[in-house]
Amino acid sequence: MLLPVLLSLLLAALLVLAVGREPQEVLEKIWQGAFRNTRSFAGVLNFWIPLTLASVGLFVTFRAGLWNIGIEGQILAGAIFASAGALTFDFPPELAPLQLLLQILLGVLGGMVWAGITGALKIWLGVNEIFGGMALNALAGVWGIYLISGPWYPEGGSAQQSRPFLENALYPPLSRDWPVGLLAIVMTAVAMVLVPLIMARTRWGLQLKATGSNPRSALLLGVPTTRVAMSAFLVCGALAGIAGSYRVMFTYGSFRPLVAGGIGFLGLLVVLLSTMKPLWIPLITFVFSAILAGSTRLRVSLQLDSSLAGVLQGTLVLVFILFQGLRQRLEARRGDQAGDVSQASASSQSGLTG
Amino acid sequence: MFRKIAFALMVCTLFGMLALPAIAQDEIIYGVVLVGPRNDRGWSQSHFEAGQYVEANNENATMLFFESLNEADTPEATLMDVVTEMVDSGAEVIFTTSASFEQDTNGVAEAFPEVVFINITGSNVLHGDAPFNVGNFNTLMEVPRLLAGCSAALASETGKIGYLGALIDPETRRLAASSYLGARHCWNTYRADMGMDLEFTVTWIGFWFHIPGFTLDPTEVANEFFDNGADVVISGIDTTEAIQVAGRRASEGSRTFAIPYGNAGGCDEAPEACLGVAYYNWGPAYLDVVNSAQDGSWEQSWDWLALDWMDINNPDTSTAGYLRGTGMPEEIAANLDEFQGALADYMSAQDMGVESIYLWEGPLNLQDGTELAAEGEAVPLLDIWFSPQLLEGMIGASE
Repeated sequence: MLLPVLLSLLLAALLVLAVGREPQEVLEKIWQGAFRNTRSFAGVLNFWIPLTLASVGLFVTFRAGLWNIGIEGQILAGAIFASAGALTFDFPPELAPLQLLLQILLGVLGGMVWAGITGALKIWLGVNEIFGGMALNALAGVWGIYLISGPWYPEGGSAQQSRPFLENALYPPLSRDWPVGLLAIVMTAVAMVLVPLIMARTRWGLQLKATGSNPRSALLLGVPTTRVAMSAFLVCGALAGIAGSYRVMFTYGSFRPLVAGGIGFLGLLVVLLSTMKPLWIPLITFVFSAILAGSTRLRVSLQLDSSLAGVLQGTLVLVFILFQGLRQRLEARRGDQAGDVSQASASSQSGLTG
Repeated sequence: MFRKIAFALMVCTLFGMLALPAIAQDEIIYGVVLVGPRNDRGWSQSHFEAGQYVEANNENATMLFFESLNEADTPEATLMDVVTEMVDSGAEVIFTTSASFEQDTNGVAEAFPEVVFINITGSNVLHGDAPFNVGNFNTLMEVPRLLAGCSAALASETGKIGYLGALIDPETRRLAASSYLGARHCWNTYRADMGMDLEFTVTWIGFWFHIPGFTLDPTEVANEFFDNGADVVISGIDTTEAIQVAGRRASEGSRTFAIPYGNAGGCDEAPEACLGVAYYNWGPAYLDVVNSAQDGSWEQSWDWLALDWMDINNPDTSTAGYLRGTGMPEEIAANLDEFQGALADYMSAQDMGVESIYLWEGPLNLQDGTELAAEGEAVPLLDIWFSPQLLEGMIGASE
């Protein structure tokens, strides 16, 4: 685990040297940008929350063997539904928590509807979830653009966002120095602990795994695979919906058609990197969030090309994946030499799912 | 003797050290927040170059910038994050250069009351909801647009002009409408021998630039215009697809032109197909703000800046301009000169400040037939600013 990290850091350092900067200086700026005070740390968390929620959701669909590319659309649909609540409701202060809850639930609903459609297309009409997901991503995007130029057009403004939400429609910040939504952190923490637990310990989790690794034999063994696949979509959609609600109800405080911002796609990368070990997910998302949020300072203070942070992150990912591939090959070779052992473990696994 | 010199040197050094901070106080750092890349050959590049213009003309000024701040390219950063970093690096003036930052600029201005914020091209100050440290400016881009429209009409042989629009809001409507007014005027005045009506079609892609899946593809839209008989496409978006498509078709032998938008270098991608470019030159306006913030005389205002009517391409005096392209057919130059002369006369006659814009005069109707101005009446400036619809005679959606 440590070797690829060191190697990618080395590569990144060479890259920074190549553009004529001190690697130490770059690292220092990113660190300061992320962790110099509570406000900058809150900035890291504000990106970590939706990224982690989306990644945990994707972990579920991956486990069921589904490539949920439609996650972007699910985040956006969550944002649209939550925004509809934010622009409609105006509860008195004593009922503010109720309004907040309703809006979050709307966000959850939005994500689930979008994921549910993808699931239904896949299960009953045989549309591959990658194509269905892409189509629904685009549909959510077009809908979002329609909303800000039509029903949600801010009077006298420009058609790039809805009017700002009222205060009672926003996740309350922890404090002035900690501008981050506590409730969202709690929900994220619960999701990142509970989802892996459920997956490992419950019948549903095992059915999911069986469906993912071999749907045909799972079906023969009596696993209701369509229902299981659908439930995976719905759980992922719900988490994506919360992520979307946070983007509009905290980060931006108004609806914008691009709020999903590629967070879902980044989540796909996170889950691939985690090699399906869910406990790594919040850590990887944290590193990603810190690098990205911290690089804002890097860009302002060193006036570096905007793509550098992306290139750094890309290097990290690439080296990591390379190492994973290498390790798998090595393990496979070792496995050949010790065929008995791997056979034994395989049979014990099938016993588990059966 | 030696000791005396040494003593004198020491004293000098000491005084020098004391004097240094006094000089440093006059230095000013300003930030420029861009919505797109600084080399987009359009909107954002013009703002970046304006920032460079300030550095070139005020030796005590230093620029910080942040490019591509939008929810898709930098989902991890909000305007508040960027501004916080800029203020932390010493910025005293920050230009937020997109209408998409209009709302957020009010928020950051409240958080940093000691910093001057200029949002371009918002209406915060006009709406009356802006904190005291927010200013807005815009320039009368409508005028270069009139010239763009006129050039298009003069160069067209098919009588069909396509307008590649961004999203639909008052700003984009009034810029499209200005292009139309210039085109209609020049078509009717100089091209009556064609014996047909001008066809001016607006297609909105849905955003300021192409977002795959979200917006129409501007390359496709430009191609469609040409396929349907248009021979000039006027661009109203941040990016350069129109000139690229026109250039490609021209190099294959078709007679196709485009008029890019935003940056003075807009023609460079395909000079031979470029009739001209309607561009921004924010430098002088930036310099005014930075200088007035530096000497403490800055005051909140909403400014719709005039151009230098007699020399609209003067980099030090005109906030927008129209540069003719090398692709412009020579035979149209005389008519365009005449049009530009009449325009300059009309605009410069208003020496008490601009109250109306050339050709924005009645009889003019909105697209649905509602009267905008009666015969002989000029459309008031703010009615142009808040254009509710396209104009009668234009083809395309108003909302």
